[in-house]
Amino acid sequence: MTPETAVIRKALAAVCGDVRDGDPPEGAFTAAPGSTEEAAAVMRVAAEHELAVVARGSGSRLSWGIPASRCDLVIDTSRMAEVTEHAAGDLVARVQAGARMGDVAAVLAQAGQEIALDVPADASVGGIVASGLAGPRRLRYGTPRDLLIGITIVRADGTVAKSGGKVVKNVAGYDLGKLFAGSAGTLGLITEATFRLHPLPAARAYVTAEYVAVSVACDAIAAAANSPLVSSAVELSRPAPGGPIRVGVLLEGSADGVGSRSARMADLLGNGEVVAGPPAWWPGAPTAGPGETLVRVSFWVSALGRVLDAVDAAAGQAGVSPAITGSAGAGVLYARVPAAAGTGVADAGVAGTEGAGAGAAGFAGALRTAVAGERCGVVVLTAPDAVRAELAGRGGMNGTVPGLALMRAVKDQFDPGHRLAPGRFPDGT
Amino acid sequence: MAQTATTTSEPASAPPTPADAAALAPAMREICGPADVLTDPLQLRTYECDGLTSHRTVPALVVLPESAAEVAAVVRVCARAGVPFVARGSGTGLSGGAVPHAAGVLIVMSRMRRVLEVDPVSRRAVVEPGVTNLSVTQAVAPHGLFYAPDPSSQVVCSVGGNVAENSGGAHCLKHGFTVNHVLGLEIVTPAGELTWLGDGTGVPSGYDLLGAFTGSEGTLGIVTKVVVKLTPVAETVHLVLAAYDSLEAGGRAVSDIIGAGIVPAAIEMMDALAIEAAEAAVHCGYPEGAAAVLLVELDGPAAEVEAELATVHAICERAGAREIRAADDPAQRAGIWAGRKSAFAAVGRLSPAYIVQDGVVPRTALGDVLARIAKLSAETGIRVANVFHAGDGNLHPLVLYNDAVPGEEERAELVSGAILDTCIEYGGSITGEHGVGVDKSRYMPKMFSAADLDTMQLVRCAFDPASLCNPGKVFPTPRLCGEVPGHRRAPLHPVPPAPGGAEIF
Repeated sequence: MTPETAVIRKALAAVCGDVRDGDPPEGAFTAAPGSTEEAAAVMRVAAEHELAVVARGSGSRLSWGIPASRCDLVIDTSRMAEVTEHAAGDLVARVQAGARMGDVAAVLAQAGQEIALDVPADASVGGIVASGLAGPRRLRYGTPRDLLIGITIVRADGTVAKSGGKVVKNVAGYDLGKLFAGSAGTLGLITEATFRLHPLPAARAYVTAEYVAVSVACDAIAAAANSPLVSSAVELSRPAPGGPIRVGVLLEGSADGVGSRSARMADLLGNGEVVAGPPAWWPGAPTAGPGETLVRVSFWVSALGRVLDAVDAAAGQAGVSPAITGSAGAGVLYARVPAAAGTGVADAGVAGTEGAGAGAAGFAGALRTAVAGERCGVVVLTAPDAVRAELAGRGGMNGTVPGLALMRAVKDQFDPGHRLAPGRFPDGT
Repeated sequence: MAQTATTTSEPASAPPTPADAAALAPAMREICGPADVLTDPLQLRTYECDGLTSHRTVPALVVLPESAAEVAAVVRVCARAGVPFVARGSGTGLSGGAVPHAAGVLIVMSRMRRVLEVDPVSRRAVVEPGVTNLSVTQAVAPHGLFYAPDPSSQVVCSVGGNVAENSGGAHCLKHGFTVNHVLGLEIVTPAGELTWLGDGTGVPSGYDLLGAFTGSEGTLGIVTKVVVKLTPVAETVHLVLAAYDSLEAGGRAVSDIIGAGIVPAAIEMMDALAIEAAEAAVHCGYPEGAAAVLLVELDGPAAEVEAELATVHAICERAGAREIRAADDPAQRAGIWAGRKSAFAAVGRLSPAYIVQDGVVPRTALGDVLARIAKLSAETGIRVANVFHAGDGNLHPLVLYNDAVPGEEERAELVSGAILDTCIEYGGSITGEHGVGVDKSRYMPKMFSAADLDTMQLVRCAFDPASLCNPGKVFPTPRLCGEVPGHRRAPLHPVPPAPGGAEIF
């Protein structure tokens, strides 16, 4: 340990009960504050010593998005893991950022309630807010930002700030919660979040169907999503480009109600089958295996057919075979490009050639070109290093981001020293 | 546009005067055409307030642009001249958010009222900000869709205004607020640039500026297009009315309904005074002598609603309802709703003047808070009629007073303020729907710390470093936006001092 790092370690240890050496390539230190106040003190030390700071909840998706270009200190939120308040009668719960969603779900279930998000049990509260992660039921309930009614954050200079509150109905002041949702730790540290809750449904059923023709599948998906039968989720699975399309609809409610609604939904889908549990292919929140590239496509549902065709075309051009799943009824799909030989280094020679370029990066680039005329977003959520390098000439991880200049202005206000997850900002700067 | 030199004695950033704003009229006429630029004092007066008539300020200049390009050009002129500007929708707001700046330009958005696109398969529509809230629903009704956020003023209030206030309405416990139904905004930034926030997919890339902008009360820019999310019309809607001998009993019913895992589309409650007013106004025929009337609306698939209806009926009875009525026919339901919807206007019959409040408390605290309000009323002799969204704890106490009686207005203000203090004390909010505007900015420091307000204003500094966009609203003390290159602002034409020192407009 150099004299300088010794000084920093001593300063951190003076304000935080849990300071450890970090694991490279993460920062030199990891501090795990046990409270918002402790976290604020840690941030002040970081500010004094101009440390680059990255927040970590469970770390399950820390490698997603653009990696931080510099990290001196990891702030681990695991010691802040309480459900601070569960006001069941108000359908509200206040939770610390390091709590795992599975633990929170267990507490809320005791009163028959939930935060209606389909996210992995080991994901942290702060992580899902900062990443905006959501699964199939986003169709009915929205994403983390839609369920967030209050937030506590620590700014880069150690200032603690709150917005929103404990009541669902609140328009006093600006909604910092919305701003922080999806900000990937670049604006500040989230230490606490308050959510509105929903009652756990008494019963659920899944209605599935399989289609060969894209247009028939698209009509069914739209009909299911827009139906007064009230679908909680309308998911699609297409394991291979050009292949058959599986559609699944989740219905929640009372036992009798779900029974009659699912029978009617089966008719609506045209020969649908009603099953009690999710089909084997039913996705949770988006996920990627080692070496895989995960591309998120967002679109207006009326363009679903064109999006699926564009995916096929881009896959063909790039010579890859992505599996497509996702909330087609809500206008979001995920393409998982397998870890394959022929990505990365071997394709470096054709990188940057318009329309050409094999591999996952080529797929993303070709897809962006194919949907250029639509109101469509193509974002690479995670990819192996070689693929990320090749994305540089093809729009990067995030593609074109409208309103970027305003985002930069917000970033500069919250983090003038650019020390919070530096490099993670939407355009990679 | 040539700028005349300043005299050496003029300070680098002198505050703008009404004359400075008025002097922009020729430039504005170039942009909007002469018919859409108002300078006549009588015409300017008609825009001096919004729905909150207690706050009035005559603008120096009014423009009525008809396109996003015109709005952007107007704002650029203001920005170059250092003149503040305020946007106005339908002018129905209840917190004074659209009160003009005396030395500023009022940009009236009501000419921009086209429904540009309806995509029923995607359940999206693109509308201009001047479109009324109800017009959106009417435009998409043929597709079996509606626009869910439904403030009581929906016949006249504008979607742009709804975005500014993050409007709710009776159905927001179940269906959410404007922010949950807006998927894209084209805005003019305070610097006068057109940009999109969000692309209508509902999946943000980068920061959710759309979410931060919604509810920012016109302080971060001007909306020129809105992509709204549409909701399928429910298969069936049932309305239950239950009359009680006390507010407590009604409150018990509400608690038990929530406790049974039911989220009604709406739960509204009115107390005896509000019922009396509504009856006098619209003859809604609510059960006579009731101390509290509860309206519970259930919507959804028929199979679910039938089950919920039975549960709600049983709960209402168990809580001691003296009478229960139910309706599923649209005309009958409208008849029952008429009483609730008329309440604000109806109290005008009971009292020459009144203050509408908009506090929120956790629903479980409603009983206690209503008792506190009753005590305040008894102590001060000021009557308070209560209408509230029982499901989400949003209270609308109507504080009645006779402005002809000396001291009564002051006592009414005291009661009104005490109610808000009580809401804060119980962990609620000073505003559930109407916004902060000018009306409640002085309460912001009671609800938020200095650090909280400072942090929110970082956002304001990012969007509007020159503080020209609806300044003076929401935050009681503006924040200096860091190092801003010196505002050297010369008047476009040298203005001689008015004779007698009177205001020019």
